Amino acid sequence: MRSIILRSATRYLFPIIILFSIFLLLRGHDEPGGGFIGGLLAATAFALYAIAYDVKSARAMLRADHITLIGVGLLLATGAGIISMLVGDPFLATQWVTLNVPGVADVKLGTPLLFDIGVYLVVVGVTLMLVFHLAEE
Amino acid sequence: MEPVLAIVIGSLYAAGLYLMMRRNLVKLVIGLVLLSQAANLLIFTAAGLRSKHAPLVPPGEAQPVGDFADPLPQALILTAIVIGFGVIAFTLALFHRAYQVIGTDDLDEMRATDT
Amino acid sequence: MNVILVLPVLLPLVCASLMLVLWRKRRAQRILNLASMAGMTIGGFVLLVLIYCNGIAVLEMGGYAAPFGITFVADLLSAIMVTAASMMGLVVAIYSLTDIDVRREAFGYHPLLQLLLMGVCGAFLTGDMFNLYVFFEIMLMASFVLLTLGGERGQMEGAIKYVTLNLISSAMFLAGVGILYGMTGTLNMADLADKVTEIEGPLLTALSMLFLVAFGVKAAMFPLFFWLPASYHTPPPAVTAIFAALLTKVGVYSLLRVFTLIFVHDPGTIHMIILVAAGFGMVCGVLGAAAQNEFRRILAFHSVSQIGYMLMGLGLFTVLSRSDSEETRLIVQAALAGTIIFVVHHLIVKPNLFLISGVVERLGGTGRLKDLGGFYVSMPLLSGMFIISSMSLAGIPPLSGFWAKYVLVRASLGLEHWLIAAAALFTGLLTLFSMVKIWAAVFWAPPPEYPLLDEHERDQAKRGLQPMILPIVVLAALIVVFGFAAGPIFDVAMMAAAQLMDPSQYVDAVFPIDEAATLNAAVDGDTSP
Repeated sequence: MRSIILRSATRYLFPIIILFSIFLLLRGHDEPGGGFIGGLLAATAFALYAIAYDVKSARAMLRADHITLIGVGLLLATGAGIISMLVGDPFLATQWVTLNVPGVADVKLGTPLLFDIGVYLVVVGVTLMLVFHLAEE
Repeated sequence: MEPVLAIVIGSLYAAGLYLMMRRNLVKLVIGLVLLSQAANLLIFTAAGLRSKHAPLVPPGEAQPVGDFADPLPQALILTAIVIGFGVIAFTLALFHRAYQVIGTDDLDEMRATDT
Repeated sequence: MNVILVLPVLLPLVCASLMLVLWRKRRAQRILNLASMAGMTIGGFVLLVLIYCNGIAVLEMGGYAAPFGITFVADLLSAIMVTAASMMGLVVAIYSLTDIDVRREAFGYHPLLQLLLMGVCGAFLTGDMFNLYVFFEIMLMASFVLLTLGGERGQMEGAIKYVTLNLISSAMFLAGVGILYGMTGTLNMADLADKVTEIEGPLLTALSMLFLVAFGVKAAMFPLFFWLPASYHTPPPAVTAIFAALLTKVGVYSLLRVFTLIFVHDPGTIHMIILVAAGFGMVCGVLGAAAQNEFRRILAFHSVSQIGYMLMGLGLFTVLSRSDSEETRLIVQAALAGTIIFVVHHLIVKPNLFLISGVVERLGGTGRLKDLGGFYVSMPLLSGMFIISSMSLAGIPPLSGFWAKYVLVRASLGLEHWLIAAAALFTGLLTLFSMVKIWAAVFWAPPPEYPLLDEHERDQAKRGLQPMILPIVVLAALIVVFGFAAGPIFDVAMMAAAQLMDPSQYVDAVFPIDEAATLNAAVDGDTSP
């Protein structure tokens, strides 16, 4: 599809959607959001790009191969579970670290965030694999 | 609310099964989608429609206040929906490919592997 | 224990993800595949020994206590199944080195195999109904893709039937899980065993039928088996072999678990249905196989009759509705042990026959019996392996199949179920007929006048055959060892069956009895009139 309106709108929408998806990813632990919905949103951004321009440039935009994304995502998510086993807890038990960032606040980091990032990457990879393949048919 | 949902679920099952018994590949896949949605709704209803309140812990509290909905069936359905999404996506791709390879969407003509 | 219990799930998951990262590196994927399968096999044996020595092991995922979080429970049956499954995974991984072509490898054959193993082992280990559903789906997704990989016409047709029937059964399973949760408020299997006693019998029986049909489709139980002979002969032999080893077994395992732990309130009805289905399955499957004229189709149809044998032990549970004496319970326990032995026996023998059919098809260019012949002269070793495996399948002593059938038939005679015993013996006879038919046509018959492959193609096919022959020899050796070590194996199976017969062991392992609580209860009981 060649639509100047869509193309120029996409240029502004794309970063906003990606930013919002990361926002959803990060707030997901305590509030509605999370890796799955964030990942879907990020995938929408790329899908929009593929509609406005073409699949090839959307692939170039993604840079990484989506299969690699799925693999890395799965590794991160499993890694979040393995970390707790290294500490001696059962598989997938949550572990927390509090980082003191001077001047900002105490930041709590934990394995659920790692797990969510993994889910985010997997969802982006899987959804885009579907979308790109179907769009190229 | 339950009787209404029961009727909806029943109709979904009926429609899904009817579609699956047609000879057409596309109707088959739509039937599968209806069937899995019916199962999801069934979990939702069977687990009880009790309260309007979300099972969220308000800030400053240790547990949800007052009467709240059971979060587990919703988690189950969410998982089932995600799995269903993947499965149906695969099924669509498979049927599309099968249509290209076999050259027909009539299930009655796919008898080469039967005996 | 913490690590060893999740290893059969975690290792294939990690390896599959690594393979996705190393998508284009074929060599690395192959090595990872072999390493992971070897690791799982070793882990499986360690698990088996640990469970054998220390009893049922439980792991609460994420540290959430039992009825709320997901629990992994490994009793002896689970441990046996995990060990056997990972061993078959290793064997098939070696066989695939030659059997699977480059194109299938490029489309992710190795990671899919890992995910299949992950789903299967997860299903064996989990102690939670919904988690069982999730692992079922993981296994199914992997098997869908493995079945269609390559995209030939026959594969597509087989896959449509396989996918559709399995999705229907998944939807039924899901509906059953939902209703079960609505009635009991829990999905933890041990907790369910406790809570279902509060539900009215007829309602529970109706619900159990949902599970019977759902698992019955996966197990290829008698009236629900049509997907199996339609699809098993279409993918490459390595894939057929791993399917024959694992897919139906997960269904059988789930039936064994659910119908000895949860739905035990009315064995007179429920288990009678299983017994009847088992009998019809045996006869139907073997008659269907007798009508076939292609190597792998015969074997596929035979699976249906073998599933009948496996369900026979579970179906004999029905006797408990008539008499609950110590003696009857012991024979029923022996019947369950027979089922377990048969599952393990079939898990080794049937894939081996499929692996042999793969070599034959590779060298003969086809699986049709009338176009094959002369393998006794050209491949004497292979012929020997076929004799061992097929005679074991037919139940000739002293091979593994004989003992499995002996225990089952003996138990059914002891419980005075003459008809099922007769069906089992009749099926054994016809199995022998089919096996002899294959033997006569493929191995003994003179080579076909017009071979489908010319001299050059045959030489090409013979190249790199060692990775295909090695697994066959190993499995055939296992079959012989199995036959001669029947005593100890029967003892272990009896132990596993004892755990199945006594659900309180399973429940107590998941919910360790708090000593203080028991003491209080005892005191309360004393003071109350």
